[in-house]
Amino acid sequence: MMMKIPYYPGCTLNTVAKGFDVSARESALVLGFELKELDQWNCCGASFPLTPDNVMGLAAPAKVLANASSEGDVVATLCSVCYNVLKRTNKVMRDDRDRRREVISGFIEEEYEGGLDVVHFLEVLRDKVGFDRVRGAVKRPLKGIKAGAYYGCMLLRPFDDVGIDNAEAPVIFEDLLRALGCEPVEFPNKIECCGAHLAMGGEDIVTRLSSNVMASAAGSGAEIIVTSCPLCQYNLVKSRERMMEEGGDLRIPVLYFTQILGLALGQDEDILELGSGLHDIRPLLEERGI
Amino acid sequence: MSRIGVFVCQCGNNIASTVNTKKVADEMAKIPGVVYTGDYKFMCSSPGQEMLKEVVKEHKLDGVIVSACSPHMHEKTFRKACESAGLNPFRCEITNIREQCSWVHHDKTKEVGTIKSIDLTRMTIERLKRNRPLEKINIPIKKKALVIGGGIAGIQAALDIAEGGREVVLVEKEPSIGGNMARLSETFPTMDCSQCILTPKMVEAELHENITIHTWSEIERVDGYIGNFTVQIRKKAKYVNEDLCTGCGECIEKCPFKADSEFEMALNKRKVIYTPFPQSVPNIPVIDASNCPKIQKDKCGACAIVCGPKAIDFKQEDRIITEEIGAIVVATGYELMPNTRFGEYGYGRIKDVISGLQFERLASSSGPTGGEIRRPSDGEIPESVVFIQCVGSRDEKKGVAYCSKICCMYSAKHTMLYRHKVHDGQAYVFYMDIRSGGKRYDEFVRRAIEHDGAMYLRGRVSRVYERGGKTIVQGADTLSGTQVEIEADMVVLATAIVARSGADQLAQRLGIGYDKYSFYNEYHPKLRPVETVTAGIFLAGTCVGPMDIPESVSMGSAAAAKVLSLFSADEMAREPITAFVNEPICNACWDCLNACPYSAIESKGVKDRKGNIVRWIANVNDGVCQGCGVCVAACRSKCIDLKGYTDEQVYAAINAF
Ligand SMILES: Cc1cc2nc3c(=O)[nH]c(=O)nc-3n(C[C@H](O)[C@H](O)[C@H](O)COP(=O)(O)OP(=O)(O)OC[C@H]3O[C@@H](n4cnc5c(N)ncnc54)[C@H](O)[C@@H]3O)c2cc1C
Ligand code: SF4
Ligand code: SF4
Repeated sequence: MMMKIPYYPGCTLNTVAKGFDVSARESALVLGFELKELDQWNCCGASFPLTPDNVMGLAAPAKVLANASSEGDVVATLCSVCYNVLKRTNKVMRDDRDRRREVISGFIEEEYEGGLDVVHFLEVLRDKVGFDRVRGAVKRPLKGIKAGAYYGCMLLRPFDDVGIDNAEAPVIFEDLLRALGCEPVEFPNKIECCGAHLAMGGEDIVTRLSSNVMASAAGSGAEIIVTSCPLCQYNLVKSRERMMEEGGDLRIPVLYFTQILGLALGQDEDILELGSGLHDIRPLLEERGI
Repeated sequence: MSRIGVFVCQCGNNIASTVNTKKVADEMAKIPGVVYTGDYKFMCSSPGQEMLKEVVKEHKLDGVIVSACSPHMHEKTFRKACESAGLNPFRCEITNIREQCSWVHHDKTKEVGTIKSIDLTRMTIERLKRNRPLEKINIPIKKKALVIGGGIAGIQAALDIAEGGREVVLVEKEPSIGGNMARLSETFPTMDCSQCILTPKMVEAELHENITIHTWSEIERVDGYIGNFTVQIRKKAKYVNEDLCTGCGECIEKCPFKADSEFEMALNKRKVIYTPFPQSVPNIPVIDASNCPKIQKDKCGACAIVCGPKAIDFKQEDRIITEEIGAIVVATGYELMPNTRFGEYGYGRIKDVISGLQFERLASSSGPTGGEIRRPSDGEIPESVVFIQCVGSRDEKKGVAYCSKICCMYSAKHTMLYRHKVHDGQAYVFYMDIRSGGKRYDEFVRRAIEHDGAMYLRGRVSRVYERGGKTIVQGADTLSGTQVEIEADMVVLATAIVARSGADQLAQRLGIGYDKYSFYNEYHPKLRPVETVTAGIFLAGTCVGPMDIPESVSMGSAAAAKVLSLFSADEMAREPITAFVNEPICNACWDCLNACPYSAIESKGVKDRKGNIVRWIANVNDGVCQGCGVCVAACRSKCIDLKGYTDEQVYAAINAF
């Protein structure tokens, strides 16, 4: 029987980032496992509360985890923000007895002691599937496409709580891209912040940070930017729009890593929601004869 | 029956305000074996001591109890008084009824304090009844010192001891003495040239008739105790016969192979046969065996051909020499935390991101660039340099929690050196705080800012990366609340001062304490800063913690003074509070031997009448034993005990409670 991994999509993947969700599920099937959506889930809250007395902020993600724990001992996510929030909340539920008691008795009214393993889809590919097997499954190698892997912050920090890889010099993304035939490009801003939640109310800062990311990738020779976070994606895209309105010129498609994965595994382009205009990678593929 | 006298001290009002001292004395008089009791205003005063002596004689006391302050305060005083009255000093015991009683019990009725003082004193009486008179241990002293580490601290210690007329063996693991100071260009706060003030001292040490220097050597093994250490020194093969070599340097000239120079911190190459720097002491080269094709695969041998006095000896092997030593000064210094620890600053991969010591080499007129500030990547003169302080220091997460103390000063120095050499260059310093305590130190930093135009930015740097031949420094300026990005030509990291790698192993070999950072522990950080808990082993310089040259030199001299005062007598007396073995019941399980932190326990053969060894038992070396009692707790057959604190005494005291 096909291996099933309980999967938490999160709100964004259910709405504006459908392509991210679909491409991941389809790719998983090709690689021999199923991302099985949790029967019951709610929003993770989209930000981890940083003050220790903000117990309410832990309620939503703790609820997600408590539900998920009835469906297995692991839960996979795709969105970096969900991953970050769930993983850190899980740690609190596991290690911090006082806060756990408050969360359970005050909000979720369900026993949960942090027994789940929260993993990111990238980790599933690296640790459960193995990049070699991914390489073997590639039908349409994206040969010579220079890709800048943009990690942002949420996948990597805080390192002790989250770290799927070395926070200062991560390679997991690049290793995957290499397996797909791409040529990963190092660029200085690959682990810088995109501006994150400042998308609401701090557009100037977001525009500056996000365009720095894109310019830095493009400047280092990247032809596409690959992300794992709908918020990064949103910020990069919006910043580019704002920049272009002001006469800037930054042409570089920004895609979810699963879209690239789906392409390489030979999936139907139509389901991948490859985007249009500046985000469309197809002209580049055509130009390269891929 | 014992003849014990009990003296209860009022300590002015310190004790008397919460303890009825007369009542305590009266109660004690009822205990069998107590023949005298009394209370007195100040027992430690001259009249108090005189009174004690009188009573001892008059009542023919065989034991004395003074219920007063902590034994740390006056145990010595009263034991001395007893001794001069003809009593064995170890028949005098102190009950602490001040720090542990009167000062902590403040009830107005004095009831609590009085009852507790009575209990405590009664316990001491029972303990004292079982005290055996002990004799002070006298041990002979070998008057030769060992100094480990030939940095400035070790050199200073060696010179001072030698000047005091005692022999010194100086052991240095590098091919030359000098340590890190030899790498420095100019030194704060006076900006005198480091080499110019250091090399005369190195030469003085080399020529001093009382000093023997072993370079390229390490401590193999240390046995024994204060006054009587036996030290084995490994003289690593130099492949050069020290007696024949004239230091002409022909071999170095002709050697065709090169490797990274350790002394230049990899900024330059050195030959495979080399001295670390031109003023090396001794001026005798060593062959770096791992890179020498002759030693590895019998090819080359150029050095041997050109060497006039035929000093090259490819067959030379490590030698172990043994020295009999009376006291040891440890001065093994520091290292810098490697740049490779810091991903945000390029993991040591960006060529133009260098360490503070590398900058010293660039600024030094004897360095790889002849004293011109040129960046490593392409040898260009940098138009702007960013100095980042507290790299790894004060950062528990990524580095160490402590402040490295000297980097604020040397970063300021670096900006000045840079400005003096590159007149229109701009120096930037990212700092957390400026810590420049010390004589004329803050003025020095102000000079860097106000006179030499260094731009100080208060904040951390988040990232350093390369872009188009520039090194981009991204950071925060928390004073203006802005983020800054500087396109620098070179970046200098003030990385944390850390203990030498292997410092912990050396400490274990010596039996001295070290902290979690492997810096060596002082006996007492304030009052006995150059001593260790192991008698006869002293500390100097940065092996204790980060410090600058003046402090290292002061410690070197202080350690030397300690050694000289130890060497001023032929014998030394020490407290006889040591462990002893009840030999018939020892079953040689060696739990005590493994437990002893001072390696004071050894195995001893028990012989029959014919002199054959029939079994082995544990034996305590009185010279080494510190009386900590760990072995007593470890011994399963209860056959090891502590003099003055035997199980019998302790149980008697508890039962008296
Ligand atoms: C970049 C920089 C700039 C500085 N600038 C100044 C300045 O301007 N003014 C100032 O006052 N201070 C300055 N300092 C501080 C100064 O370098 C130290 O205070 C001083 O060098 C400490 O001397 P030391 O003898 O304690 O240690 P070290 O110089 O480290 O000497 C220790 C010696 O012991 C040897 N050794 C180590 N382990 C063993 C072993 N197991 N067996 C045998 N030998 C061993 C080492 O090889 C070395 O020779 C600066 C430091 C740095 C990093
Ligand atoms: S034998 Fe070794 S040290 Fe001598 S010249 Fe050749 S490489 Fe240099
Ligand atoms: S001396 Fe200054 S730079 Fe060095 S660790 Fe302390 S505060 Fe930081």
